[in-house]
Amino acid sequence: MHPHSAAALGLYACHTCALVSQPHAADEIAHCPRCGSVLHRRKPESVSRTWALLITAYILIIPANVLPIMQTGSLFGSQRDTILSGVLYLWSSGSWALALLVFFASVIVPIAKLVALTYLLLSVQQQSPRNPQRRTKLYHLLKFIGRWSMLDIYVVTLLVALVQLQSLATIQAAPGAVAFGAVVVITMFASMTFDPRMIWDSTGGHGNGNNTQ
Amino acid sequence: MPTNPLIACHDCDLVQHEVPLPLGGVATCARCGAVLYRSSRYGKSHTLALCITAAILLVIANIFPIIGIESQGNRHQSTLFGAVQTLWQEDMGLIAGLVFFTILLVPALELTLLIWLHVTSRITSGLAALALRLVVAMQPWRMVEVFMLGLLVSVVKLSHLAHIVPGVALWCFAALLPLFALLNTTFNPRELWAAMPLKQ
Repeated sequence: MHPHSAAALGLYACHTCALVSQPHAADEIAHCPRCGSVLHRRKPESVSRTWALLITAYILIIPANVLPIMQTGSLFGSQRDTILSGVLYLWSSGSWALALLVFFASVIVPIAKLVALTYLLLSVQQQSPRNPQRRTKLYHLLKFIGRWSMLDIYVVTLLVALVQLQSLATIQAAPGAVAFGAVVVITMFASMTFDPRMIWDSTGGHGNGNNTQ
Repeated sequence: MPTNPLIACHDCDLVQHEVPLPLGGVATCARCGAVLYRSSRYGKSHTLALCITAAILLVIANIFPIIGIESQGNRHQSTLFGAVQTLWQEDMGLIAGLVFFTILLVPALELTLLIWLHVTSRITSGLAALALRLVVAMQPWRMVEVFMLGLLVSVVKLSHLAHIVPGVALWCFAALLPLFALLNTTFNPRELWAAMPLKQ
């Protein structure tokens, strides 16, 4: 741990407003003197909580991709659409730019998030001192891109709400959408429970020693 | 307490002094390079103006239909809340809740709290601290820009099926997009935190 990190100095850093404060010995649960947030040196049980959420997401991502996310019923029969078949539909109808976008947001991003978080957790558990800066950047990237996976949830919502014309077709949401929504929310929680400061705890005082600025 | 309180980097926990910044400046962590805080080029009145504009648009966006479709003389249109209700009736409560929360509740609550924080004279109260904490916690869950992209994908998918009639709310959401992006750059929680007293 870096000798000047708040935890090493016996201080609390607030998650919400970044203020550094001295703990009161009498308090069992410390609160930030400025914003009132509960203070922890590190997010509590960060590694095990993030693992728990991550494993749940690994399980749910299978039905999210295999089960249909919507069902279209029309005079000509019914059709079930998975996330991937929705992408293929966009591609074959000529909207290849949107097809790529949806493929990225709905397929690549969730999987990349799971892999990246797994890597971050393993590196923290092995107390790897390597590339802390790059790992922190990776963490920020996955916090930033995670929300874009919600795209397909909104598409399903709008299609279901609009296509209710009896003469045309009826679109209903299917169980895959629930699993997919759960994956997005759970991976967002997983990236919130992960504490990036753990990346730096095992680098000692040489945080800038082996990586490029 | 000293006038320049100590802050710690949220990424690597390094303790450092807050330094005053020039307008538009960015303070980064000495060790890991993370952005610690910015000094907004714009004042609080800019943020307030943006919030009020966004709030008005959000209200209109929720009253009027987003899009409608027309086919063989049939017309069907839906508001955002109508879409949530349809999903709810189809036992898709989780998705209905998620859409309601991320597109309706979070932006509405966030704008309300921000407007209150910028006009209140009780900025030093515990209530203001609680409100600001809520705003900071809610930020990752506001997904208006993702919704806008979903709207675009839906329109493309539907255009093969029926004639599309864009609704008033569609333009409102389109206008909300740059407003929220601007709000992200002008709103500076640190300036509000700095106005709040420390409890002993």
